[in-house]
Amino acid sequence: MSDIKDIIVKVCPSATFEEADVLMVNVPEKDWYDFAKELKNNRELDFDVLTALVGMDWTETVGVVYYFTSTSHHWEMLSVKVVCENRDDAYIHSVSDLWKVANFQEREAYDLLGIKFINHPDMRRFFLRNDWVGHPLRKDYDADPKLNPIRLDDEVNEDDSRMYIEEGGKIVEKPCKVFKDDDYVVNIGPQHPSTHGVMRFRTAIDGEEVKKVDVVSGYIHRGIEKLCEDLTYPQILHFTDRMDYMSAHQNRHCLCMCIEKGLGLEVPRRAQVIRVMMDELMRISSHLLSFGCTAMDLGATTAFFYGFREREMVLDIFEKTCGARMSMNYNVIGGVIADLHPDFCKDVKHLIEIMPERLKEYHKVFSGNIIAKNRLKGVGILPKEDAVNYCITGPSGRGSNWSCDCRKKHPYSVYPELDFEEVLLDGCDSYSRYMVRMKEIEQSCKILAQLVDNIPEGDIRAQVPKIVKLPVGHWYQQVEASRGTFGVYIESDGGKNPYRVHFQSPCFNLVGVMDLCCRGNMIADLITIGAALDFVIPDIDR
Amino acid sequence: MFNFGQWTAAFNSWLMGLGTPEWLGITIECVIIAVLILLTYTVLALFYILYERKLCAWFQCRLGPMRVGPWGLLQVFADMFKILIKELISLKDTDRFLFKLAPYILITSSVVMLACLPWGNGLQIINWNIGIFFVLAVSSVGVLGILLAGWASNNKYTLIGAMRSGAQMVSYELSLGLSIITIIVLSGTMNINDIVLEQANGWFIFKGHIPAIIACIIYIIAATAETNRGPFDLPEAEHELTAGYHTEYSGIHFGFFYLAEYLNLFIVSGIASLMFLGGWMPLHIPGWDGFNAVMNWIPSIVWFIGKAFFISFVIIWFKWTFPRVRIDQMLAFEWKYLMPFSLANLLLMTLCVAFGWHF
Repeated sequence: MSDIKDIIVKVCPSATFEEADVLMVNVPEKDWYDFAKELKNNRELDFDVLTALVGMDWTETVGVVYYFTSTSHHWEMLSVKVVCENRDDAYIHSVSDLWKVANFQEREAYDLLGIKFINHPDMRRFFLRNDWVGHPLRKDYDADPKLNPIRLDDEVNEDDSRMYIEEGGKIVEKPCKVFKDDDYVVNIGPQHPSTHGVMRFRTAIDGEEVKKVDVVSGYIHRGIEKLCEDLTYPQILHFTDRMDYMSAHQNRHCLCMCIEKGLGLEVPRRAQVIRVMMDELMRISSHLLSFGCTAMDLGATTAFFYGFREREMVLDIFEKTCGARMSMNYNVIGGVIADLHPDFCKDVKHLIEIMPERLKEYHKVFSGNIIAKNRLKGVGILPKEDAVNYCITGPSGRGSNWSCDCRKKHPYSVYPELDFEEVLLDGCDSYSRYMVRMKEIEQSCKILAQLVDNIPEGDIRAQVPKIVKLPVGHWYQQVEASRGTFGVYIESDGGKNPYRVHFQSPCFNLVGVMDLCCRGNMIADLITIGAALDFVIPDIDR
Repeated sequence: MFNFGQWTAAFNSWLMGLGTPEWLGITIECVIIAVLILLTYTVLALFYILYERKLCAWFQCRLGPMRVGPWGLLQVFADMFKILIKELISLKDTDRFLFKLAPYILITSSVVMLACLPWGNGLQIINWNIGIFFVLAVSSVGVLGILLAGWASNNKYTLIGAMRSGAQMVSYELSLGLSIITIIVLSGTMNINDIVLEQANGWFIFKGHIPAIIACIIYIIAATAETNRGPFDLPEAEHELTAGYHTEYSGIHFGFFYLAEYLNLFIVSGIASLMFLGGWMPLHIPGWDGFNAVMNWIPSIVWFIGKAFFISFVIIWFKWTFPRVRIDQMLAFEWKYLMPFSLANLLLMTLCVAFGWHF
């Protein structure tokens, strides 16, 4: 780490350091943009992935904590803290031109914390209505219902966006337009059969060709991060099951690991093995749903039912052990909440046994079909550079040949001991993304086969204090969820409630490439691309 | 073989025997026929809805409707009554007249086509020398209903749906027409009844061998596209355009689109059975007199409806197996492959007929 410090001090003498689970660099706002350029372009640093962007309110000041990963330097992570000089009129330079993923992330930070990003091309709110008063994640936010009543009128389409640019040492607002006046804009969503939830794409089309996609999000935004601040650590766990409900186990695993990291808690091996098995079962169930939905969005309704037939088996396994088929609430701080059902091993073995046969059947009924191939191949091209720049992790990133599996890059739990392959395909199109998922089902079965006969005896839960209090500090933890790298950031002030929790969800980034992937394709391809990227809306609207 | 014409002739002479003037007699007969046709239309459409729901359920490891009536048989009646009593929602900023006219255009064209089909021996309403040509002409009127519906709804989805439908219908009508012309070359007549009688010593799909089989395959593909069914259901692609051209319709106006869709499925299947499988003509093999006599025992109406249901089954099978094609792929398929192929096939059939290379 010391050499990184040397390089950083060389390029940015004003930087100071803070030791945490990830090295943190404090950079003054005035030097931030130049430092960001060095971070991205300096070959010695080469932090090409913006993993997370966390807007923060430290009561006296506001600012942003960035987490970067370097794909060339062994996936080393670095965090950067930038504090705004003025709390009431907070400005930070945008890095959305360096890391494209920052585009939506900065809009989120603007929406929830009121930090304006200089030179951001489209500084609109992301989740909340245009007429919302205040910025909820600010500690001095006034939650009085009189200020923000339940509005019964429609939100006016905001075609007018704005940019904040520096002119002669002063920051000025410059209006800009989302769509041109003569664009034919079709509204796809928020209630639409193929947006996989309450998501809205304002799509400018020319005949059948898509010219621009404007993502309008927030229809089911529940303010989970805000809610977390008023609850104790055990109480915030259940929110993770309700974000990406198809990665409920992985998300909760991540939050538990982050809290355990803060507590310095050792999780019993039995619990770790159970957690990993549940994660992989969840991944199988998620990919089966994804298969079904892709097929259905392309019009092959029968294949959808075939996918669901096997998914039911996975859900039955969950139901027996966790007592629920969705929102399982299974992981708790220090382990898992209940021991495995006596049928668990038998059911898992049965699943592993039938899966290869069924995967062949799926290929026969859907992806082997010439129509499906024509619909998927070459559609929604996302080159590797863009995948990295937009931080598209998970099966979608691996379909662009980007090796980004968190289970390999930042191994956690018992994954280092397991023998499995990271599935990589270089098609960069929807077909590759689809095939990666199908092959990952095989790999998950392989992992389950290794563990099912080797579940150690022992406790399912470590001893956890009655009141969980994390020491002062901040932690960042990531896991490989079904749709990509899921991250949790916790900042604690030593109390029993977290000071700030941020969830870095993979689907948030996935929806960010919709515009890039869809441009120049047809309307039908927009649906295909959405299905192959496989975003889940509650994960975006946290 | 029993000729249904005896019944109609008997009824006619009974009616005239009562001393009815000729114009009144004809009017009464027309009214009876119209009522019968509309009844058949409704019953068939209801049957088809159940037929498709049950078939699709079996393809998808499900049971389909089971609760209303024995084996779910009354479900479709319940659905029909529901749709009859639903409100017809009128929308702001639509072209009211065209909006209401569109479903009637569609349903009229399919009722007229239904009237042209040869239901059985002597059981045909319209029989004239350009029969099949008339059917093709009327089928093209239906697309006008779809275009109007899409345009008059004043909705972007419906407009895209109608636009797609227009492109699709115009394209696939060519292959449809060419494959029918191929058979007309073989039969030498466009009179529907004569086409059936020509097949007394063997169905055209056997008599015309290779070109007839190719024409049959092309016809079924084009007919699937023509009826807007999967994999060519782009005008109403529910995953892209929610419901395409009929998104804004409610109540019985939507019901008309729905019924017309199923009836068109029956009609194209009926025409396929007429052109390739002998219409109501039983399966005859020249020389096998005993076998032919046994086949003649089965009523001609059963032959016709059975063949039509079989071809509908194949088309329904397509829908529940294949993913949907994309608009550019669909048009490329028609213009680059299907139509040149149909033209070549027509040439082949002409040669076969000219040199007598057929049975």
